[in-house]
Amino acid sequence: MTIIAEPSLPTATVSRPGRRLRIIVNSVASDSHTWNLVYLPLLMEGMGHRVRNLGACVPDELLVAECRRQRPDLVVVSSVNGHGHVQGTRLIRQLCACDELRGVPVVIGGKLGVAGLGGDHYADGLMAAGFAAVFAGDADADVDDFSADVRSLSVQMAVGW
Amino acid sequence: MSAYAGETAVEARTSFGDFVARAHRSGRLVVQPRMGFAPPGEMRAGLLATKGAAALTAGTITLDSYTRTGDHAAARRALAGGTALNGYPLVSHGAATTRAVLTGVRDGSFPVQVRHGSPDPRDIVAQFAESGLDATEGGPVSYCLPYGRTPLRVAVDNWARCTEMLAGLQERGPEPHLESFGGCLLGQLCPPSILVATSVLEGVFFRQHGMRSVSLSYAQQTNAVQDEEALRALRRLAGEVLADIDWHVVLYAYMGVYPSSRHGALRLLADAARLAVRGGAARLIVKTAAEAHRIPTVAENVEALEVAAESAQSTAPARTAVAEDSETYAEARALVDAVLDLDDDTGTGLVRAFARGYLDVPHCLHADNRGRARSYLDDTGRLRWAEFGSVPIADVAEARPSAELTAASLLTALEYVRRTYDSGPAST
Repeated sequence: MTIIAEPSLPTATVSRPGRRLRIIVNSVASDSHTWNLVYLPLLMEGMGHRVRNLGACVPDELLVAECRRQRPDLVVVSSVNGHGHVQGTRLIRQLCACDELRGVPVVIGGKLGVAGLGGDHYADGLMAAGFAAVFAGDADADVDDFSADVRSLSVQMAVGW
Repeated sequence: MSAYAGETAVEARTSFGDFVARAHRSGRLVVQPRMGFAPPGEMRAGLLATKGAAALTAGTITLDSYTRTGDHAAARRALAGGTALNGYPLVSHGAATTRAVLTGVRDGSFPVQVRHGSPDPRDIVAQFAESGLDATEGGPVSYCLPYGRTPLRVAVDNWARCTEMLAGLQERGPEPHLESFGGCLLGQLCPPSILVATSVLEGVFFRQHGMRSVSLSYAQQTNAVQDEEALRALRRLAGEVLADIDWHVVLYAYMGVYPSSRHGALRLLADAARLAVRGGAARLIVKTAAEAHRIPTVAENVEALEVAAESAQSTAPARTAVAEDSETYAEARALVDAVLDLDDDTGTGLVRAFARGYLDVPHCLHADNRGRARSYLDDTGRLRWAEFGSVPIADVAEARPSAELTAASLLTALEYVRRTYDSGPAST
């Protein structure tokens, strides 16, 4: 799934240098796992972006307040405890309700239901609730897709798409 | 078949600690799953299946994430709305339901432990007296730093009160038991001496708040020789520091990124069982063939218990003396001494130790962790120090700077065990 911003870029612009993005990474309120939150910032920092890591068990109001304060270019929600689809839905509704965050893409990924992977089951609902992309399938392919999306977003912002 | 072979009458009120001690004396490893289901009937069926496995087992009630984080309203909403939970909501169900789950299941031949992972388990432990429960696990450091954002000082106070509540059950029935989760921390890439020291220090903390029966944990890491050394170091230190109370060592099968193949997962589990016996652990928490993919079913847990028991039975304890000197022992001893010297109150000592960076867990994101110590895996899979930060072991250990951490190198280290076991021979 690769739907950070549409329409997709003309091929001519893809090789252009991107902008350095300000990205917020966090988990959902009930999720205490952190290796995903150690890995993702390294991945995005390795691509040249600035990452603010809010850590595990992030209360909804803390994420909303940080997003309002920092106005990030991208918000990445990563959850692996199975409650991601429920708490992610609650979270995105609150973010979408903030006028000043209009247009800021929020993506979610991980193991989003207690039945394990097979996150496509939840993807439609999460997209309808307002997420720009859902990464809940094969982990390796998701990392590739996610990296391509971040790259694409960074180029789009550089060219003022 | 949880009763010991050859025994007909089993004391109905055996404590968790006595049960494990008796098994250890008779040369049998107690094996235990992680298992929690929200519907009481399923939870009871899971416990009965554990009890019926062809192994000497202890039962587990694992709680759900909402209960763990104190959001009982969310757990109740999920129960009412039929939304799946990832464990048993002990507080929301209430004592009468839990008693019904346990009646005729938990007895002298089958103790049951509650596993939760909460930095503030006061609501959980408050259910114990009425629910008829007496064994749980966690700790002020081990259930705080790796999870969430509760300040360590607050977790220490919460755990002091919970430990006292649990110790208060001593007057009423079987000796209550508390296990330190200190041997896990982030599950992987933590130098073994930090795991050993944290377990021992949490054991000292539990004793200070009234416990007379504890267990100390260690999680299987990436090198069997180093792990065996760590288990011996843990037993030696416990013998030195906790000689006046009942204690045993519990090993967790690998807690990091688990092999995704069935043969790899079961081979890693069998190795954990061998490690437990060779290193003198009395109890093993198993992992299943489904571990990498989803929350396991009851049948997958029973399979894991039986695979572990079979592997343990065909293994003899190592003949190496517990008192042998090792790097892990020397480091852990230095850490325990340094922390206990900070304050007479162990909880205060632990808070100061993290503030000063005496204890520092690599990769831990918690605000109270200094984050200056770094570790790496050498070519043989041994966990080594790249940087000590302020961890006071420079006299007894060596740090070797390693290459800068990248997303790719982190992933390579995190997946070392998965890669090794998935690519091994397919027969177990």
